[in-house]
Amino acid sequence: MNNKVYNNRAWLLVLPMLVLVAFSAIIPLMTVVNYSVQDVLGPNASFFTGTEWFRTMLNDSALQAAFGRQILFSLIILAIQIPLGIGIALIMPKQGWQASAVLILITLPLLIPWNVVGSIWQIFTRGDIGLMGWGLRELGINYNITRNAGDAWATIILMDVWHWTPLVAMLCYSGLRSIPEAYYQAARIDRASKWAVFRYIQLPKLTNVLVIAVLLRFMHSFMIYAEPFVLTGGGPGSSTTFLTQSLATMAIGQQDLGPSAAFSIIYFLVILLVSWVFYTTIMHLQKDKNSQGGA
Amino acid sequence: MAEIVLKALAHTYSANPQSPEDYAIRQMEHVWHQGGAYALLGPSGCGKSTLLNIISGLLEPSEGDVLFDGQRVNELPPEERNIAQVFQFPVIYDTMTVFDNLAFPLRNINIPGHRITPKVEEVAEILELTPLLKRKAKGLTADEKQKVSMGRGLVRDDVSAILFDEPLTVIDPQLKWKLRRKLKEIHQRFNITMIYVTHDQLEASTFADKIAVMYEGQVVQFGTPQELFETPAHTFVGYFIGSPGMNFLDVHYHAGEVIFADIPLTMPQTFVDAIANSKRSNIKIGIRPEFVNVHASQREGALPARKRQVQDLGTYSIVTFELGGQTFKARLPEGHPEFGDDIYLTFDHDQLGLFVDEYRVEVTS
Repeated sequence: MNNKVYNNRAWLLVLPMLVLVAFSAIIPLMTVVNYSVQDVLGPNASFFTGTEWFRTMLNDSALQAAFGRQILFSLIILAIQIPLGIGIALIMPKQGWQASAVLILITLPLLIPWNVVGSIWQIFTRGDIGLMGWGLRELGINYNITRNAGDAWATIILMDVWHWTPLVAMLCYSGLRSIPEAYYQAARIDRASKWAVFRYIQLPKLTNVLVIAVLLRFMHSFMIYAEPFVLTGGGPGSSTTFLTQSLATMAIGQQDLGPSAAFSIIYFLVILLVSWVFYTTIMHLQKDKNSQGGA
Repeated sequence: MAEIVLKALAHTYSANPQSPEDYAIRQMEHVWHQGGAYALLGPSGCGKSTLLNIISGLLEPSEGDVLFDGQRVNELPPEERNIAQVFQFPVIYDTMTVFDNLAFPLRNINIPGHRITPKVEEVAEILELTPLLKRKAKGLTADEKQKVSMGRGLVRDDVSAILFDEPLTVIDPQLKWKLRRKLKEIHQRFNITMIYVTHDQLEASTFADKIAVMYEGQVVQFGTPQELFETPAHTFVGYFIGSPGMNFLDVHYHAGEVIFADIPLTMPQTFVDAIANSKRSNIKIGIRPEFVNVHASQREGALPARKRQVQDLGTYSIVTFELGGQTFKARLPEGHPEFGDDIYLTFDHDQLGLFVDEYRVEVTS
């Protein structure tokens, strides 16, 4: 393996991509960095503040609470959507027109714009004209998402499960389809139970798609904005105010560019860190598994 | 322990079969005796794997019966048939160790742990997997994986037949031979019926005592490797077995002689009579390349032909020649006499075969 030719000029080939990424990501991000260390009072009046905004943001109790809610939200929806998605993928038809029909039906929520999802659920849960809100009230359940924080939380989670479980289900479905038939045949000959087939054939073969599913769902749920904003507006009180909404209020509502820039950077780093830790852990585990067997 | 009988068995993937071509397996009768080592040999798409899957229960035959020791098992799923199957691509349970892989079929039927361990160790010993028992199955090489999947069939005491579906396809050539010998050893030791599907005649004849040659959904011959070579029952067997395959000459009878493409052939009177009396038009004379003699000069009863090509393969040569506008082959031993482009052929008369409508007709020569 030592006869590789090293030629560093190949790096030049990365240059066009680097320029593109610079314009699409690095330069905008740098403007945020620029704001985060200044106090902008007007077009020509700004002062250098150093790390002050970062310290303020980290000590802000409202933001800390929003951060806690955000983490709780992500954990809950992952705990529901991943098992549910696997379950749906397992019972989906495997071939024929039924498979196509179910695939289309299940993808529908994914095609609805996020604002519209919020609006649909806002109407759906209204006590006077919404099917769910009215139905629950008729059943004698005191349900009101504008007054009761528990109801608001439950509804947002339900909405997110409805909106995004299909993504997990589809990823798992594609993973299941790629398992060769011989595995199932061998399992039948070995008299494996349904559970054993799931535990020793299907689940191991799903590991890779599940890593992608968890990452995508974590990143997205950690940045959720439009749906809860439209549905509850962050209320009642601030019980469903998540990080993005706090940020939007600060940056656009109050025009606090410095603090919100500092906050954006912290937010970005948290997502990056969690995703990186998760990904490297999983990959490390897999490599362990391989090297244990490999000679 | 089981004797496997296929009775009037046929299978089609078509919902509404019209002609014999719609059948993957055409109606057949067959008996696999207890403890035999069999091969199912045929080209791709001849129905070998379909037949194997019917025996193992992965497929239910559309017509006829599968009998295990006289008991009809058509509807029984594979898990109730006491068979094991080894697939073309090794199936192992990635996340388990080799030990757990081998123990898996036993744990599935709730055999207590203290009886599993000795059994697994015994099988691992035979398959030379003992040093690997604690390893994860995922990182094994293809032949080790294939041994593990074979081992899962051997650990069960109730297994009466192991079916192999081209198990050596993904194995390196130098290991193929070793694994094939291992299979034979296991067969002798366990007294298990083994059916081995392959399209490689060498694999079939080194493994099996008896070979069933399949062609277009039918078993056209069931016999020992020697029988397949010496007395092929069908032109396909003649063509498929042997290297190179049998030569076939389309002949007809005319005025007391057997004619091939305007050339009268000399042959035993019994053949001439049989051909004269046959009412069929599809009549062929078969002769193996091994029994075609090439001479440099004309002699009594020899057919003039034209040499096209000589391939020297070390211990023997293959001569391709043209006779009556068609090409045929002769296989000559090392050190055969030299000859020019014009050659003269004789056939060993006791090695001639007569084929009417593709099937062999027995003629005493």
